[in-house]
Amino acid sequence: MLEVEGLEVRYGAVRAVRGASFAVARGELVALLGANGAGKSSTLMAIAGAVRTAGGSVRLEGADVTGQRPERMARLGVATVPETRDVFPDLTVSENLRLGAFTRRDGAAEIAGDRARFLDRFPILAERADQSAGTLSGGEQQMLVIARAMMARPRVLLLDEPSLGLAPVVVDRVFGMIAGLKAAGLTILLVEQNARKALSVADRAYVMRLGRIEAAGLAAELGTADALKALYLGSDA
Amino acid sequence: MRWLQFAIDVLSLGSAYALMALGLVIVYGILRLVNFAYGELIMVAGYTMYLVSGSGLPWLVMAACAVLMSVVAGIATDYVAFRPVRNKTITAVLITSFAFSTLLQNAALLFISPRPRPVPLPEIFSRTVEIGGVVTPARNLITIAVAVVMLGLFSWLMRATVLGIAMRAAASHFTMARMLGVPANLIISSAFAISGLLAGVVSLLWIGRIGTVVPGIGLEPLLIAFIATVIGGMRSLQGAVLGGFLLALIDTSLNYTLPQELLKFRDAFTFSLVILILLWRPEGLIKGPASGRRT
Repeated sequence: MLEVEGLEVRYGAVRAVRGASFAVARGELVALLGANGAGKSSTLMAIAGAVRTAGGSVRLEGADVTGQRPERMARLGVATVPETRDVFPDLTVSENLRLGAFTRRDGAAEIAGDRARFLDRFPILAERADQSAGTLSGGEQQMLVIARAMMARPRVLLLDEPSLGLAPVVVDRVFGMIAGLKAAGLTILLVEQNARKALSVADRAYVMRLGRIEAAGLAAELGTADALKALYLGSDA
Repeated sequence: MRWLQFAIDVLSLGSAYALMALGLVIVYGILRLVNFAYGELIMVAGYTMYLVSGSGLPWLVMAACAVLMSVVAGIATDYVAFRPVRNKTITAVLITSFAFSTLLQNAALLFISPRPRPVPLPEIFSRTVEIGGVVTPARNLITIAVAVVMLGLFSWLMRATVLGIAMRAAASHFTMARMLGVPANLIISSAFAISGLLAGVVSLLWIGRIGTVVPGIGLEPLLIAFIATVIGGMRSLQGAVLGGFLLALIDTSLNYTLPQELLKFRDAFTFSLVILILLWRPEGLIKGPASGRRT
Protein backbone atom coordinates (compact mmCIF):
# COMPACT_ATOMS: atom_id res chain seq x y z
CA MET A 1 0.00 0.00 0.00
CA LEU A 2 2.64 2.49 1.15
CA GLU A 3 6.30 1.97 0.33
CA VAL A 4 9.09 4.29 1.43
CA GLU A 5 12.56 3.79 0.03
CA GLY A 6 15.81 5.57 0.88
CA LEU A 7 13.94 8.60 2.20
CA GLU A 8 16.10 11.62 3.01
CA VAL A 9 15.00 14.77 4.82
CA ARG A 10 17.32 17.68 5.53
CA TYR A 11 16.86 20.89 7.49
CA GLY A 12 19.75 22.98 6.26
CA ALA A 13 22.87 21.00 7.20
CA VAL A 14 20.99 18.69 9.55
CA ARG A 15 20.15 15.28 8.07
CA ALA A 16 17.00 14.40 9.96
CA VAL A 17 16.16 11.28 7.94
CA ARG A 18 19.00 9.28 6.36
CA GLY A 19 17.81 6.73 3.87
CA ALA A 20 14.83 5.28 5.68
CA SER A 21 13.07 2.37 3.93
CA PHE A 22 9.94 0.57 5.07
CA ALA A 23 6.53 -0.53 3.87
CA VAL A 24 2.98 -0.70 5.14
CA ALA A 25 0.66 -3.33 3.65
CA ARG A 26 -3.07 -2.83 3.13
CA GLY A 27 -5.02 -3.06 6.37
CA GLU A 28 -1.86 -3.17 8.42
CA LEU A 29 -1.01 -1.01 11.43
CA VAL A 30 2.70 -0.32 11.40
CA ALA A 31 4.39 1.58 14.23
CA LEU A 32 7.44 3.76 13.73
CA LEU A 33 9.20 3.92 17.08
CA GLY A 34 12.20 5.79 18.39
CA ALA A 35 13.38 8.43 20.81
CA ASN A 36 12.80 12.13 20.44
CA GLY A 37 14.71 13.46 17.44
CA ALA A 38 15.09 10.06 15.74
CA GLY A 39 13.45 11.41 12.57
CA LYS A 40 10.05 9.77 12.95
CA SER A 41 7.94 12.89 12.57
CA SER A 42 10.09 14.15 9.70
CA THR A 43 9.54 10.85 7.92
CA LEU A 44 5.80 11.09 8.41
CA MET A 45 5.57 14.74 7.35
CA ALA A 46 7.68 13.99 4.27
CA ILE A 47 5.23 11.25 3.25
CA ALA A 48 2.37 13.74 3.81
CA GLY A 49 4.10 16.25 1.55
CA ALA A 50 4.35 18.85 4.30
CA VAL A 51 8.16 18.58 4.49
CA ARG A 52 10.35 18.51 1.41
CA THR A 53 12.23 15.30 0.66
CA ALA A 54 15.92 15.49 -0.20
CA GLY A 55 16.05 12.02 -1.74
CA GLY A 56 14.42 8.63 -1.93
CA SER A 57 10.90 7.79 -2.95
CA VAL A 58 7.41 7.33 -1.60
CA ARG A 59 4.98 5.05 -3.43
CA LEU A 60 1.27 4.76 -2.82
CA GLU A 61 -0.23 1.55 -4.29
CA GLY A 62 2.69 1.40 -6.69
CA ALA A 63 2.39 5.00 -7.94
CA ASP A 64 5.25 7.39 -7.25
CA VAL A 65 4.01 10.21 -5.01
CA THR A 66 7.37 11.55 -3.84
CA GLY A 67 7.38 15.28 -3.11
CA GLN A 68 3.71 15.86 -3.90
CA ARG A 69 2.06 18.87 -2.32
CA PRO A 70 0.11 18.16 0.89
CA GLU A 71 -3.25 18.97 -0.69
CA ARG A 72 -2.50 16.46 -3.45
CA MET A 73 -1.62 13.74 -0.94
CA ALA A 74 -4.91 14.38 0.86
CA ARG A 75 -6.73 14.05 -2.44
CA LEU A 76 -4.96 10.74 -3.07
CA GLY A 77 -6.39 9.39 0.18
CA VAL A 78 -3.56 9.94 2.63
CA ALA A 79 -4.88 11.58 5.80
CA THR A 80 -2.39 13.06 8.24
CA VAL A 81 -2.71 13.82 11.93
CA PRO A 82 0.40 15.82 12.92
CA GLU A 83 1.80 15.75 16.44
CA THR A 84 1.00 19.44 16.82
CA ARG A 85 -2.62 18.26 16.94
CA ASP A 86 -3.76 21.20 14.85
CA VAL A 87 -7.43 21.67 15.49
CA PHE A 88 -8.68 24.89 13.98
CA PRO A 89 -9.28 26.61 17.32
CA ASP A 90 -11.71 29.25 16.08
CA LEU A 91 -13.87 26.84 14.14
CA THR A 92 -16.55 24.84 15.90
CA VAL A 93 -16.10 21.10 16.40
CA SER A 94 -18.71 20.57 13.74
CA GLU A 95 -16.93 22.88 11.25
CA ASN A 96 -13.64 21.10 11.94
CA LEU A 97 -15.29 17.81 10.99
CA ARG A 98 -16.90 19.35 7.91
CA LEU A 99 -13.51 20.50 6.69
CA GLY A 100 -12.14 16.99 7.10
CA ALA A 101 -14.41 16.01 4.22
CA PHE A 102 -13.05 18.77 1.97
CA THR A 103 -11.68 16.36 -0.65
CA ARG A 104 -14.89 14.35 -0.91
CA ARG A 105 -17.03 14.78 -3.96
CA ASP A 106 -20.01 12.72 -2.82
CA GLY A 107 -23.11 14.53 -1.65
CA ALA A 108 -23.56 16.81 1.32
CA ALA A 109 -26.02 14.31 2.77
CA GLU A 110 -23.37 11.56 2.81
CA ILE A 111 -20.88 13.89 4.51
CA ALA A 112 -23.43 15.04 7.06
CA GLY A 113 -24.23 11.36 7.72
CA ASP A 114 -20.57 10.58 8.45
CA ARG A 115 -20.33 13.59 10.70
CA ALA A 116 -23.40 12.48 12.62
CA ARG A 117 -21.90 8.98 13.02
CA PHE A 118 -18.67 10.38 14.48
CA LEU A 119 -20.55 12.64 16.84
CA ASP A 120 -22.62 9.60 17.89
CA ARG A 121 -19.53 7.56 18.57
CA PHE A 122 -17.85 10.34 20.57
CA PRO A 123 -20.50 11.86 22.82
CA ILE A 124 -17.97 14.36 24.21
CA LEU A 125 -17.57 15.85 20.76
CA ALA A 126 -21.32 15.79 20.18
CA GLU A 127 -21.91 17.78 23.35
CA ARG A 128 -19.50 20.42 22.09
CA ALA A 129 -20.42 20.30 18.40
CA ASP A 130 -21.13 24.04 18.26
CA GLN A 131 -18.35 25.04 20.61
CA SER A 132 -15.08 26.32 19.21
CA ALA A 133 -12.48 23.57 19.05
CA GLY A 134 -9.94 25.66 20.96
CA THR A 135 -11.98 25.17 24.14
CA LEU A 136 -11.59 21.36 24.09
CA SER A 137 -9.15 19.52 26.35
CA GLY A 138 -6.02 17.92 24.89
CA GLY A 139 -7.59 14.46 24.73
CA GLU A 140 -10.75 15.77 23.13
CA GLN A 141 -8.69 17.68 20.57
CA GLN A 142 -6.78 14.49 19.75
CA MET A 143 -10.03 12.62 19.18
CA LEU A 144 -11.33 15.49 17.07
CA VAL A 145 -8.28 15.57 14.78
CA ILE A 146 -8.44 11.80 14.28
CA ALA A 147 -12.18 11.97 13.59
CA ARG A 148 -11.56 14.92 11.26
CA ALA A 149 -8.96 12.93 9.34
CA MET A 150 -11.41 10.02 9.08
CA MET A 151 -14.07 12.32 7.59
CA ALA A 152 -12.03 12.18 4.37
CA ARG A 153 -12.58 8.38 4.22
CA PRO A 154 -8.82 7.97 3.69
CA ARG A 155 -7.00 4.93 2.34
CA VAL A 156 -4.04 5.50 4.63
CA LEU A 157 -3.91 7.27 7.97
CA LEU A 158 -0.64 8.82 9.18
CA LEU A 159 -0.73 9.36 12.94
CA ASP A 160 1.98 11.32 14.69
CA GLU A 161 2.43 10.93 18.47
CA PRO A 162 -1.24 10.65 19.41
CA SER A 163 -0.29 10.07 23.08
CA LEU A 164 1.83 13.20 23.40
CA GLY A 165 1.07 15.17 26.55
CA LEU A 166 -2.07 13.21 27.43
CA ALA A 167 -2.94 11.64 30.80
CA PRO A 168 -2.63 7.81 30.83
CA VAL A 169 -6.38 7.26 31.03
CA VAL A 170 -6.88 9.53 28.01
CA VAL A 171 -4.07 7.77 26.13
CA ASP A 172 -5.96 4.51 26.66
CA ARG A 173 -9.08 6.04 25.17
CA VAL A 174 -7.20 7.39 22.13
CA PHE A 175 -5.54 4.01 21.54
CA GLY A 176 -8.93 2.35 21.87
CA MET A 177 -10.02 4.60 19.01
CA ILE A 178 -6.96 3.64 16.93
CA ALA A 179 -7.58 -0.09 17.56
CA GLY A 180 -11.15 0.44 16.40
CA LEU A 181 -9.97 2.01 13.12
CA LYS A 182 -7.56 -0.86 12.52
CA ALA A 183 -10.31 -3.38 13.19
CA ALA A 184 -12.38 -1.59 10.55
CA GLY A 185 -9.61 -2.38 8.03
CA LEU A 186 -7.84 0.97 7.76
CA THR A 187 -4.15 1.09 6.82
CA ILE A 188 -2.29 3.04 9.50
CA LEU A 189 1.26 4.31 10.00
CA LEU A 190 1.67 5.23 13.65
CA VAL A 191 4.61 7.29 14.90
CA GLU A 192 5.06 6.96 18.68
CA GLN A 193 7.56 7.43 21.46
CA ASN A 194 5.40 5.42 23.81
CA ALA A 195 6.58 2.06 22.48
CA ARG A 196 4.62 -0.20 24.77
CA LYS A 197 1.37 1.50 23.89
CA ALA A 198 2.13 1.51 20.18
CA LEU A 199 3.15 -2.15 20.14
CA SER A 200 -0.09 -3.09 21.87
CA VAL A 201 -2.06 -2.12 18.76
CA ALA A 202 0.52 -2.55 15.95
CA ASP A 203 1.06 -5.54 13.68
CA ARG A 204 4.66 -4.68 12.92
CA ALA A 205 7.10 -1.99 13.97
CA TYR A 206 10.24 -0.26 12.81
CA VAL A 207 12.66 1.39 15.20
CA MET A 208 14.35 4.60 14.10
CA ARG A 209 17.51 6.11 15.50
CA LEU A 210 19.40 9.13 14.25
CA GLY A 211 17.43 9.18 11.04
CA ARG A 212 17.94 5.52 10.18
CA ILE A 213 15.81 2.39 10.56
CA GLU A 214 17.71 0.35 13.13
CA ALA A 215 15.39 -2.57 13.67
CA ALA A 216 12.22 -4.09 12.32
CA GLY A 217 9.96 -6.90 13.37
CA LEU A 218 6.55 -8.13 14.41
CA ALA A 219 5.07 -6.12 17.23
CA ALA A 220 4.79 -9.18 19.43
CA GLU A 221 8.52 -9.98 19.05
CA LEU A 222 9.79 -6.42 19.41
CA GLY A 223 7.70 -5.87 22.50
CA THR A 224 9.64 -8.47 24.45
CA ALA A 225 13.09 -8.09 22.93
CA ASP A 226 15.85 -6.64 25.08
CA ALA A 227 16.96 -4.74 22.00
CA LEU A 228 14.01 -2.49 22.54
CA LYS A 229 15.34 -1.13 25.78
CA ALA A 230 18.74 -0.63 24.27
CA LEU A 231 17.20 1.59 21.64
CA TYR A 232 16.05 4.16 24.18
CA LEU A 233 12.35 3.96 23.71
CA GLY A 234 9.82 5.80 25.82
CA SER A 235 10.52 5.96 29.55
CA ASP A 236 8.01 3.21 30.30
CA ALA A 237 9.35 0.77 27.71
CA MET B 1 -31.42 66.01 16.49
CA ARG B 2 -27.75 66.81 16.63
CA TRP B 3 -27.26 63.32 18.02
CA LEU B 4 -29.10 61.73 15.11
CA GLN B 5 -26.96 63.70 12.69
CA PHE B 6 -23.87 62.55 14.56
CA ALA B 7 -25.01 58.92 14.52
CA ILE B 8 -25.67 58.98 10.77
CA ASP B 9 -22.27 60.56 10.14
CA VAL B 10 -20.44 58.00 12.26
CA LEU B 11 -22.34 55.06 10.79
CA SER B 12 -21.88 56.08 7.17
CA LEU B 13 -18.20 56.91 7.55
CA GLY B 14 -17.70 53.80 9.67
CA SER B 15 -19.42 51.65 7.05
CA ALA B 16 -16.94 52.75 4.40
CA TYR B 17 -13.99 52.35 6.81
CA ALA B 18 -15.14 48.89 7.89
CA LEU B 19 -15.37 47.64 4.29
CA MET B 20 -11.91 49.06 3.54
CA ALA B 21 -10.40 47.39 6.60
CA LEU B 22 -12.07 44.06 5.88
CA GLY B 23 -10.58 44.00 2.37
CA LEU B 24 -7.11 44.47 3.78
CA VAL B 25 -7.39 42.04 6.67
CA ILE B 26 -8.82 39.16 4.63
CA VAL B 27 -5.46 38.89 2.84
CA TYR B 28 -3.39 39.68 5.93
CA GLY B 29 -5.13 36.99 7.97
CA ILE B 30 -4.07 34.28 5.54
CA LEU B 31 -0.73 35.51 4.17
CA ARG B 32 0.48 37.63 7.11
CA LEU B 33 1.08 40.25 4.48
CA VAL B 34 -0.06 43.85 4.32
CA ASN B 35 -0.99 44.22 0.68
CA PHE B 36 0.18 47.75 -0.06
CA ALA B 37 -1.31 47.48 -3.53
CA TYR B 38 -4.77 47.38 -1.92
CA GLY B 39 -5.32 51.09 -2.53
CA GLU B 40 -4.67 50.56 -6.23
CA LEU B 41 -7.57 48.09 -6.40
CA ILE B 42 -9.73 51.04 -5.40
CA MET B 43 -8.02 53.13 -8.07
CA VAL B 44 -8.64 50.48 -10.74
CA ALA B 45 -12.37 50.51 -10.03
CA GLY B 46 -12.38 54.32 -10.20
CA TYR B 47 -10.64 54.47 -13.55
CA THR B 48 -12.89 51.73 -14.92
CA MET B 49 -15.84 53.98 -14.09
CA TYR B 50 -14.14 56.85 -15.90
CA LEU B 51 -13.32 54.71 -18.96
CA VAL B 52 -16.81 53.27 -19.35
CA SER B 53 -18.53 56.59 -18.59
CA GLY B 54 -19.05 57.39 -22.28
CA SER B 55 -20.66 54.03 -23.04
CA GLY B 56 -24.20 55.13 -22.22
CA LEU B 57 -24.78 52.00 -20.15
CA PRO B 58 -26.96 52.25 -17.04
CA TRP B 59 -24.96 53.30 -13.96
CA LEU B 60 -25.43 49.95 -12.21
CA VAL B 61 -23.94 48.08 -15.16
CA MET B 62 -20.94 50.43 -15.19
CA ALA B 63 -20.57 49.93 -11.44
CA ALA B 64 -20.65 46.17 -11.89
CA CYS B 65 -17.89 46.48 -14.53
CA ALA B 66 -15.80 48.54 -12.11
CA VAL B 67 -16.20 46.05 -9.27
CA LEU B 68 -15.43 43.18 -11.63
CA MET B 69 -12.25 44.92 -12.75
CA SER B 70 -11.02 45.37 -9.20
CA VAL B 71 -11.73 41.69 -8.49
CA VAL B 72 -9.68 40.82 -11.58
CA ALA B 73 -6.95 43.23 -10.43
CA GLY B 74 -7.00 41.58 -7.01
CA ILE B 75 -6.50 38.12 -8.48
CA ALA B 76 -3.83 39.53 -10.81
CA THR B 77 -2.01 40.92 -7.76
CA ASP B 78 -1.76 37.39 -6.46
CA TYR B 79 -0.50 35.90 -9.74
CA VAL B 80 1.88 38.68 -10.75
CA ALA B 81 3.20 40.02 -7.50
CA PHE B 82 2.87 37.37 -4.82
CA ARG B 83 2.88 33.88 -6.19
CA PRO B 84 6.42 34.15 -7.61
CA VAL B 85 7.89 35.30 -4.28
CA ARG B 86 5.55 33.65 -1.81
CA ASN B 87 8.14 31.26 -0.46
CA LYS B 88 10.76 33.97 -0.06
CA THR B 89 11.21 36.16 3.01
CA ILE B 90 8.46 38.45 4.23
CA THR B 91 10.67 41.41 3.22
CA ALA B 92 10.72 40.28 -0.39
CA VAL B 93 6.94 39.96 -0.43
CA LEU B 94 6.49 43.35 1.22
CA ILE B 95 8.71 45.05 -1.34
CA THR B 96 6.91 43.33 -4.21
CA SER B 97 3.65 44.64 -2.86
CA PHE B 98 5.06 48.20 -2.81
CA ALA B 99 6.45 47.74 -6.32
CA PHE B 100 3.14 46.52 -7.70
CA SER B 101 1.37 49.45 -6.09
CA THR B 102 3.81 51.95 -7.62
CA LEU B 103 3.59 50.22 -10.98
CA LEU B 104 -0.20 50.50 -11.11
CA GLN B 105 -0.16 54.14 -9.99
CA ASN B 106 2.44 55.06 -12.58
CA ALA B 107 0.52 53.22 -15.28
CA ALA B 108 -2.46 55.44 -14.45
CA LEU B 109 -0.24 58.55 -14.54
CA LEU B 110 1.28 57.57 -17.85
CA PHE B 111 -1.69 56.21 -19.76
CA ILE B 112 -4.50 58.30 -18.35
CA SER B 113 -3.50 61.54 -16.63
CA PRO B 114 -2.13 62.94 -13.39
CA ARG B 115 -5.15 65.26 -13.32
CA PRO B 116 -8.49 64.31 -11.75
CA ARG B 117 -10.90 62.54 -14.09
CA PRO B 118 -14.67 62.70 -13.65
CA VAL B 119 -16.52 59.58 -12.65
CA PRO B 120 -20.21 59.12 -13.45
CA LEU B 121 -22.43 59.19 -10.40
CA PRO B 122 -26.06 58.11 -10.19
CA GLU B 123 -28.49 60.93 -9.62
CA ILE B 124 -29.49 59.53 -6.23
CA PHE B 125 -25.95 60.17 -4.87
CA SER B 126 -26.48 63.92 -5.00
CA ARG B 127 -29.97 63.91 -3.48
CA THR B 128 -30.62 64.65 0.17
CA VAL B 129 -33.21 63.07 2.41
CA GLU B 130 -34.77 64.19 5.65
CA ILE B 131 -35.18 61.81 8.57
CA GLY B 132 -36.31 62.96 12.00
CA GLY B 133 -35.68 66.55 11.09
CA VAL B 134 -32.13 65.85 9.95
CA VAL B 135 -31.14 66.56 6.36
CA THR B 136 -28.47 64.21 5.12
CA PRO B 137 -27.11 63.16 1.71
CA ALA B 138 -28.81 60.02 0.43
CA ARG B 139 -25.29 58.78 -0.30
CA ASN B 140 -24.65 58.36 3.43
CA LEU B 141 -27.68 56.13 3.86
CA ILE B 142 -26.76 54.15 0.75
CA THR B 143 -23.28 53.61 2.21
CA ILE B 144 -24.78 52.24 5.41
CA ALA B 145 -27.18 49.98 3.50
CA VAL B 146 -24.42 48.68 1.23
CA ALA B 147 -22.20 47.94 4.23
CA VAL B 148 -25.00 46.03 5.95
CA VAL B 149 -25.54 43.92 2.82
CA MET B 150 -21.81 43.36 2.22
CA LEU B 151 -21.05 42.47 5.84
CA GLY B 152 -24.03 40.11 5.89
CA LEU B 153 -22.91 38.47 2.66
CA PHE B 154 -19.35 38.21 3.90
CA SER B 155 -20.35 36.71 7.20
CA TRP B 156 -22.58 34.18 5.42
CA LEU B 157 -19.71 33.25 3.08
CA MET B 158 -17.28 32.72 5.95
CA ARG B 159 -19.66 30.70 8.12
CA ALA B 160 -21.94 28.77 5.81
CA THR B 161 -19.81 27.80 2.82
CA VAL B 162 -17.02 25.22 2.74
CA LEU B 163 -14.73 27.75 1.06
CA GLY B 164 -15.34 30.25 3.86
CA ILE B 165 -14.74 27.65 6.57
CA ALA B 166 -11.56 26.59 4.77
CA MET B 167 -10.37 30.21 4.62
CA ARG B 168 -10.92 30.66 8.33
CA ALA B 169 -9.09 27.40 8.96
CA ALA B 170 -6.18 28.44 6.72
CA ALA B 171 -5.87 31.67 8.71
CA SER B 172 -4.89 29.71 11.80
CA HIS B 173 -3.11 26.58 10.50
CA PHE B 174 -2.35 26.89 6.83
CA THR B 175 -0.35 23.67 6.46
CA MET B 176 -2.94 21.65 8.35
CA ALA B 177 -5.66 22.98 6.07
CA ARG B 178 -3.55 21.86 3.09
CA MET B 179 -3.14 18.40 4.63
CA LEU B 180 -6.93 18.15 4.62
CA GLY B 181 -6.84 18.77 0.89
CA VAL B 182 -7.56 22.50 0.84
CA PRO B 183 -5.50 23.84 -2.10
CA ALA B 184 -3.24 26.71 -1.01
CA ASN B 185 -3.65 28.55 -4.31
CA LEU B 186 -7.45 28.43 -4.16
CA ILE B 187 -7.49 29.94 -0.68
CA ILE B 188 -5.02 32.70 -1.52
CA SER B 189 -6.67 33.62 -4.81
CA SER B 190 -10.06 33.67 -3.10
CA ALA B 191 -8.72 36.01 -0.44
CA PHE B 192 -7.40 38.37 -3.12
CA ALA B 193 -10.68 38.15 -5.05
CA ILE B 194 -12.72 39.03 -1.96
CA SER B 195 -10.27 41.83 -1.22
CA GLY B 196 -10.84 43.12 -4.76
CA LEU B 197 -14.61 42.85 -4.40
CA LEU B 198 -14.58 44.91 -1.21
CA ALA B 199 -12.17 47.43 -2.77
CA GLY B 200 -14.45 47.81 -5.79
CA VAL B 201 -17.53 48.45 -3.68
CA VAL B 202 -15.61 50.83 -1.41
CA SER B 203 -14.34 52.64 -4.49
CA LEU B 204 -17.87 53.41 -5.71
CA LEU B 205 -18.85 54.78 -2.31
CA TRP B 206 -15.58 56.63 -1.71
CA ILE B 207 -15.30 58.23 -5.12
CA GLY B 208 -19.00 59.02 -4.88
CA ARG B 209 -18.10 61.65 -2.27
CA ILE B 210 -15.82 63.59 -4.60
CA GLY B 211 -16.87 62.55 -8.09
CA THR B 212 -13.35 62.32 -9.52
CA VAL B 213 -10.51 59.84 -9.63
CA VAL B 214 -6.74 60.52 -9.47
CA PRO B 215 -3.81 58.06 -9.53
CA GLY B 216 -3.21 58.48 -5.80
CA ILE B 217 -6.87 57.96 -4.84
CA GLY B 218 -6.09 54.69 -3.06
CA LEU B 219 -3.60 56.04 -0.55
CA GLU B 220 -6.08 57.42 1.94
CA PRO B 221 -8.34 54.33 1.97
CA LEU B 222 -5.22 52.14 2.37
CA LEU B 223 -4.07 54.21 5.33
CA ILE B 224 -7.54 54.20 6.89
CA ALA B 225 -7.82 50.44 6.40
CA PHE B 226 -4.39 49.90 7.91
CA ILE B 227 -5.09 52.03 10.99
CA ALA B 228 -8.52 50.46 11.46
CA THR B 229 -7.04 46.95 11.36
CA VAL B 230 -4.24 47.90 13.74
CA ILE B 231 -6.80 49.23 16.22
CA GLY B 232 -9.15 46.31 15.76
CA GLY B 233 -6.52 43.57 15.72
CA MET B 234 -4.56 42.74 12.58
CA ARG B 235 -5.74 39.18 12.31
CA SER B 236 -9.38 39.40 13.28
CA LEU B 237 -12.16 39.94 10.75
CA GLN B 238 -14.52 41.22 13.44
CA GLY B 239 -11.70 43.42 14.69
CA ALA B 240 -11.33 45.05 11.28
CA VAL B 241 -15.00 46.01 11.24
CA LEU B 242 -14.91 47.22 14.83
CA GLY B 243 -11.72 49.18 14.14
CA GLY B 244 -13.34 50.82 11.12
CA PHE B 245 -16.33 52.03 13.10
CA LEU B 246 -14.17 53.14 16.02
CA LEU B 247 -11.90 55.16 13.76
CA ALA B 248 -14.96 56.78 12.19
CA LEU B 249 -16.26 57.59 15.67
CA ILE B 250 -12.95 59.25 16.58
CA ASP B 251 -12.78 61.21 13.31
CA THR B 252 -16.39 62.37 13.46
CA SER B 253 -16.19 63.31 17.15
CA LEU B 254 -13.14 65.44 16.43
CA ASN B 255 -14.92 67.05 13.48
CA TYR B 256 -17.78 68.01 15.77
CA THR B 257 -15.78 69.20 18.76
CA LEU B 258 -12.50 70.66 17.54
CA PRO B 259 -12.46 74.45 17.08
CA GLN B 260 -12.11 75.62 13.50
CA GLU B 261 -8.42 76.58 13.74
CA LEU B 262 -7.47 73.15 15.12
CA LEU B 263 -9.50 71.16 12.59
CA LYS B 264 -6.65 71.00 10.10
CA PHE B 265 -4.66 69.12 12.75
CA ARG B 266 -7.43 66.56 13.14
CA ASP B 267 -5.26 63.66 12.01
CA ALA B 268 -2.71 64.47 14.72
CA PHE B 269 -5.46 64.13 17.31
CA THR B 270 -6.73 60.94 15.69
CA PHE B 271 -3.31 59.34 15.72
CA SER B 272 -2.70 60.40 19.33
CA LEU B 273 -5.86 58.53 20.28
CA VAL B 274 -4.76 55.54 18.20
CA ILE B 275 -1.46 55.52 20.11
CA LEU B 276 -3.34 55.55 23.40
CA ILE B 277 -5.51 52.64 22.27
CA LEU B 278 -2.43 50.69 21.25
CA LEU B 279 -0.67 51.42 24.55
CA TRP B 280 -3.71 49.94 26.25
CA ARG B 281 -4.17 47.00 23.83
CA PRO B 282 -0.95 46.47 21.83
CA GLU B 283 -2.47 43.57 19.91
CA GLY B 284 -5.55 45.51 18.93
CA LEU B 285 -9.00 45.22 20.43
CA ILE B 286 -9.81 41.71 19.22
CA LYS B 287 -7.21 38.99 19.16
CA GLY B 288 -7.09 36.98 15.97
CA PRO B 289 -7.08 33.20 15.67
CA ALA B 290 -4.49 31.45 17.82
CA SER B 291 -0.99 31.30 16.34
CA GLY B 292 -0.18 30.03 12.90
CA ARG B 293 2.83 30.45 10.68
CA ARG B 294 3.22 32.29 7.46
CA THR B 295 3.07 29.98 4.49
